[in-house]
Amino acid sequence: MLVGLFEGLDAVLLARIQFAFTVSFHFIFPAFTIGLASYLAVLNGLYLRTHDSKYLNLFKFWVKIFAITFAMGVVSGITMSYQFGTNWSVFSDKAGPVIGPLMAYEVLTAFFLEAGFLGIMLFGRSRVGPGLHMFACIMVAFGTALSATWILSVNSWMHTPTGYAIAENGQFVPVDWLEIMFNPSFPYRLAHTLTAAYLTTAFIVGGVGAWHLLRDHDHDRIHQGTRTMFSMAMWMAAIVAPLQIVLGDLHGLNTLEHQPQKVMAMEGHYESHPDGAPLYLFGIPNEEKQRLDYAIGIPKASSLILKHDLNAPLDGLDTIPVADRPPVAILFWSFRIMVGIGFLMLFVGLWSLWARYRRTLYTNRWLHRAALIMGPSGLVAVLAGWITTEVGRQPYTVWGLLRTSESASPLDAPAVGTSLLAFIIVYFFVFGAGVFYILRLMRAGPHVYEGGLAELADGPIRTAGITPAQQSQAKDKKEEG
Amino acid sequence: MEIVPWLAYSWAFLLALAVFIYVVLDGFDLGLGILYPFFPDRRDRDLLMNTVAPVWDGNETWLVLGGGGLFAAFPMAYGIVMPALYAPIIAMLLALVFRGVAFEYRWRTERWLKYWDWAFIGGSVVAAFSQGIALGALVQGIEVADRAYAGGWWDWLSPFSLLCGVAVIVGYALLGATWLIMKTDGPVQDRARKLAWIFGIATVLCIGAVSLITPFLDSVYYYRWFEMPGLLISAPVPMAVAIILFLLFRSLRVHHHEYRPFILSLILFALCFVGLGISIFPDLIPPDVTILDAATPYNSQIFMFVGAVVLLPLILGYTAYAYWVFRGKTDPDEGYH
Repeated sequence: MLVGLFEGLDAVLLARIQFAFTVSFHFIFPAFTIGLASYLAVLNGLYLRTHDSKYLNLFKFWVKIFAITFAMGVVSGITMSYQFGTNWSVFSDKAGPVIGPLMAYEVLTAFFLEAGFLGIMLFGRSRVGPGLHMFACIMVAFGTALSATWILSVNSWMHTPTGYAIAENGQFVPVDWLEIMFNPSFPYRLAHTLTAAYLTTAFIVGGVGAWHLLRDHDHDRIHQGTRTMFSMAMWMAAIVAPLQIVLGDLHGLNTLEHQPQKVMAMEGHYESHPDGAPLYLFGIPNEEKQRLDYAIGIPKASSLILKHDLNAPLDGLDTIPVADRPPVAILFWSFRIMVGIGFLMLFVGLWSLWARYRRTLYTNRWLHRAALIMGPSGLVAVLAGWITTEVGRQPYTVWGLLRTSESASPLDAPAVGTSLLAFIIVYFFVFGAGVFYILRLMRAGPHVYEGGLAELADGPIRTAGITPAQQSQAKDKKEEG
Repeated sequence: MEIVPWLAYSWAFLLALAVFIYVVLDGFDLGLGILYPFFPDRRDRDLLMNTVAPVWDGNETWLVLGGGGLFAAFPMAYGIVMPALYAPIIAMLLALVFRGVAFEYRWRTERWLKYWDWAFIGGSVVAAFSQGIALGALVQGIEVADRAYAGGWWDWLSPFSLLCGVAVIVGYALLGATWLIMKTDGPVQDRARKLAWIFGIATVLCIGAVSLITPFLDSVYYYRWFEMPGLLISAPVPMAVAIILFLLFRSLRVHHHEYRPFILSLILFALCFVGLGISIFPDLIPPDVTILDAATPYNSQIFMFVGAVVLLPLILGYTAYAYWVFRGKTDPDEGYH
């Protein structure tokens, strides 16, 4: 009966929905953990340097959230690594010789590093010295960023393929690995995505800080870590948000050069503009008539942004064969959501600078409210950005060379449909529970540790004259005895 | 674009190694999930969980390397095997989702603790069962035409693949039990010893059944096992299995043997793996796709091979270090929770 549900549906469409669903869900977790891993390493470093327990408390607070997020990222990521084969086997066969090695390098250099040192980071504070524990924190942070580097190299190659040849059996084969890895869009995509991950984390941390500042009217009772994390997050927002807008602009120019129809769709340019294109702020894409209804635009601004010249001509989708055009409406909206959030982030960052200057950073309740509302905005922006770039690659999996419709596995619709349904149910249930636990931890906030002996064992015990390393050795002796 | 045989065979060996390391490492931590129902007490379960909490993530990464390595070095085989084993692989992935999050979630809730414990049990059993089914389906052969899978989406289901599924559950439980003998003491260790006996005997029965059926699945397997010169390589394997089983059951009787049962179980798995290799080699996907058929060109294989040869020892090094840091008996209260 369940199987009958998917009879007659298009297997490729179902596979696309399944990929979009699983990868969107997965992407949320690394987008948060990349920034959070670095934040934890910084907190641990600050604690080791200053011996100020507020940093340790913050570390202990965020590391629990990190562990849950990381676990969700791992299990949803394993699914992704097999999805290429299960649902996109023709793509895997053809593109495998080029992208397979890069993904294998991701496993060898990044995944093992994260996983190997995660255990020491979470459980090992009392078993290894503070230096090695710090090293483990850094390795986890480094691993998350390295993993992003490899996977973005793969993804960028699918957008701007270079350094390959096509063999008789239809496979892409590598000719020049450096050209493949450092393909034209890779540096822009990497910088834009990593920065997005840091911003995402900054706004989540800032949102949690703001919530606790708002909740505790009696400011004497506020855990000192709350102020610290709000302040650190706002510094990050103020510095990185403007940088991100610049990086986004550069990435857009790169896309215009290599994937012009993607930019045409993002901008809503169905028609060519021989003497300066307007920047459409609003409009409703009409796929049927291939035009933008109710368009409101700033004359010539699109040409100014994209070509740095008011009167530069700009081609529209009418120059592209219909079969090669990406869907406009999705791109038009997702791009605007991403950019809109980017500017809101910039606004909050600047506002925090002003508040800091006025010495009201911890008392300006409207700023705190804004930061709270903006808490999850990074995740929305990251997803919107991802949709923009991936939907913009359609109708291809490898830009201009391999069509999505020719990439899928030889599976029947019922098989893909049933697994899609299973993924949707399991993901919403399992990850919904995870988000619930994370929100509950966030609500509880950082503890003021009472400082019992068990807690002190984690920090340097100066009075007793025993270093933690000696202590753990003593513990080992006890265990062996 | 040339295919270089020594490189392709080296890759096949590396992949086999990655899968083997996965099977024994995630094998024992999946085994703990399979054994969970025999430890109903909350404290015991905390302890079981804590014996693997710092390392399970690294263990599971070998599965990603197995899949990723196949994709990288033999993309054609990857593109055939995954659709052919679609249902068991999707089931395994979803099971691993439940099992993986249970490690974190069970510390975060009182009310839902028992459900996440069931997620851990169910996830572990289903993942092990799916892996066994996938293995059985591969051994019994996959239909291929024109570089792609040519069968239906239920072809993997057969009495033999189900038997393999049960065998893997039982084998993982044995690994889990001997791991617990090593990592715990007191009543938990005593119970683990009893469970190791039960699952040890069950493992013997399963190995026997699978070994008896395999040579008759395909005449090629029969020849590889029972004709010269294959017999010279294959004959020592069952003999070694017999010796290891004898040593294993003897060590389970001796109470101060805490490490030996686990190590002997690992050797038992290694021998089964060699047996599997004898059956399959030089195929990658029996009966039609050989290692050389599916190999990707020299350029692709060498680029990653160099990296793998340099990085794998490093990975094994720091993985071993992580195990070393958490050596000895596990404390149920340890952690950041």
